Amino acid sequence: MADVSTHPGPPPIRAVPVRHYGRWVFVAVMVVALALVVRAFWGADIDYSVTLRFLTAGNVLSGLVNTVVISVLAQAVGIALGVVFAVMAMSRHAEVRAVSAAYVWLFRGTPVLVQLLLWYNLSLVVSTVTVPGVGSWPTNQLITPFIAALLGLGINEGAYMAEIVRAGIQSIDHGQSEAAQALGMSPLLTMRRVVLPQAMRVIVPPTGNEFVSMLKMSSLAYAIQYGELLQSAVKIYSNNLAIVELLLTVSIWYLALTSVATVFQGFLERRFSRGVMGNGRPSVRSRLLGLGGPGTKGAVR
Amino acid sequence: MTAKPMMTANPAMPVVSAQDVHKWYGQAKVLNGVDLEVAPGEVCCVIGPSGSGKSTFLRCVNHLEKIDAGRLQVNGHLVGYRERGGRLHELREKEVAAQRRDIGMVFQRFNLFPHMTALENIMEAPCRVKREAKAVVRERAMRLLDRVGLGARCDAYPAQLSGGQQQRVAIARALAMEPTLMLFDEPTSALDPELVGEVLDVMRDLATSGMTMVVVTHEIGFAREVGDALVFLDEGTIVESGHPREVCARPRHERTRAFLSKVL
Repeated sequence: MADVSTHPGPPPIRAVPVRHYGRWVFVAVMVVALALVVRAFWGADIDYSVTLRFLTAGNVLSGLVNTVVISVLAQAVGIALGVVFAVMAMSRHAEVRAVSAAYVWLFRGTPVLVQLLLWYNLSLVVSTVTVPGVGSWPTNQLITPFIAALLGLGINEGAYMAEIVRAGIQSIDHGQSEAAQALGMSPLLTMRRVVLPQAMRVIVPPTGNEFVSMLKMSSLAYAIQYGELLQSAVKIYSNNLAIVELLLTVSIWYLALTSVATVFQGFLERRFSRGVMGNGRPSVRSRLLGLGGPGTKGAVR
Repeated sequence: MTAKPMMTANPAMPVVSAQDVHKWYGQAKVLNGVDLEVAPGEVCCVIGPSGSGKSTFLRCVNHLEKIDAGRLQVNGHLVGYRERGGRLHELREKEVAAQRRDIGMVFQRFNLFPHMTALENIMEAPCRVKREAKAVVRERAMRLLDRVGLGARCDAYPAQLSGGQQQRVAIARALAMEPTLMLFDEPTSALDPELVGEVLDVMRDLATSGMTMVVVTHEIGFAREVGDALVFLDEGTIVESGHPREVCARPRHERTRAFLSKVL
């Protein structure tokens, strides 16, 4: 490219840029609104030292751990179910496609909170669970708050993941699976080694979004006595009545969790952009910090 | 699954044998009674105007498309079916996959796996499908990369390679399965003109080594020079076939003559 300073032609254009007065009005309105919110919290009777003190309280920390555990496991269940039902949705057989469609329709069409309560009260529908040849248990004992939360959140998530995975698989050029088949790869191997790894590039961003949403959605398990973050706050403030203080405490933790999830998502996106636009493997630095590295440059994000 | 004996022992048996093969999509007839035999070591070039069914025929040979009538055999085995009690039974997907192991295919648009390096592309099927030892496969893959002149680019991802280089990797990838038959579906049609030569060189080398090949192509020059047989396909039927130089020099049919006059 030629050096601009030695450019022999006419002088470079220095035009007056368009003024966007609307933007200034918008920013002004936002600043005023923010000021009002800050003033409301400042003037309110909130003891922020309580908020900070309870950040590391034992109950809050165990709630935090439970929130992470249930979110990770429910998301894992959701991803597994999503892959299975996405593959079913693309089956050549209409009856298999119908099963997948019915699953998505049912679990995406009803509120998660209702699903959680239904799982928790499963004993009202079936009183005992019998596995032939293994044994039989009363449903009440099997369905602990943890199991109910895992089933409710995970199966609901699977319905959303099925759509995400399906979109990812369908974004891959058909020539890829043809090439794999022509090499003698079975449909399962083709899916596992060729299609899914490429589809991940499309699947990861919305899945990160889903996981961020799951971290917060897990607070609904509060309704079925699962000891997650929100429940720990409620327990504490029903004793000391520091309601807003404790709600702010858990808000801080939720923000921290979602921030970590966002960084992790960035790392995954770089990992699966392998081979795109001439990227190499992510460097050690990008692997550790989720920053920089060859993956950042030309990656399709 | 029926055991599959090695067929190279019988020189009389054609590698590809098509008898009155028909294929239609709804009302549209794509193949309209194709008869073709390809002997071991033969290079058969298929030419014809676009939409004549030549790519479809090639895709039928490894069952990427199903035929609707006739018989199609590779190495003496029906493609995609088993004949039992006078009836055809569809093969399971696993059995079809097993049939395809012996048939290499090279696509117009390369279809390399973009998330794997050149070397990984070549090693994938022998390792995962044939379950060969990784060290053995790696050595063979490197030898194949050297053979197509890309040994130095073994760690490159497809996006870092030119079209001609990608197609050469794709040929090496197909060869890594040690096929008895290679199918080429317009292997140079998606390439910039200056990259066509390097791919044809690799194919010429392969033909010289005795590989049985069916090549759908627009490269009449290649067909004339390398091909043992030239087949002109139009509207789903073989209009004319014979030795390439013979067909090019003295086409017997008006349609062949018209087509050749446009491409030569």
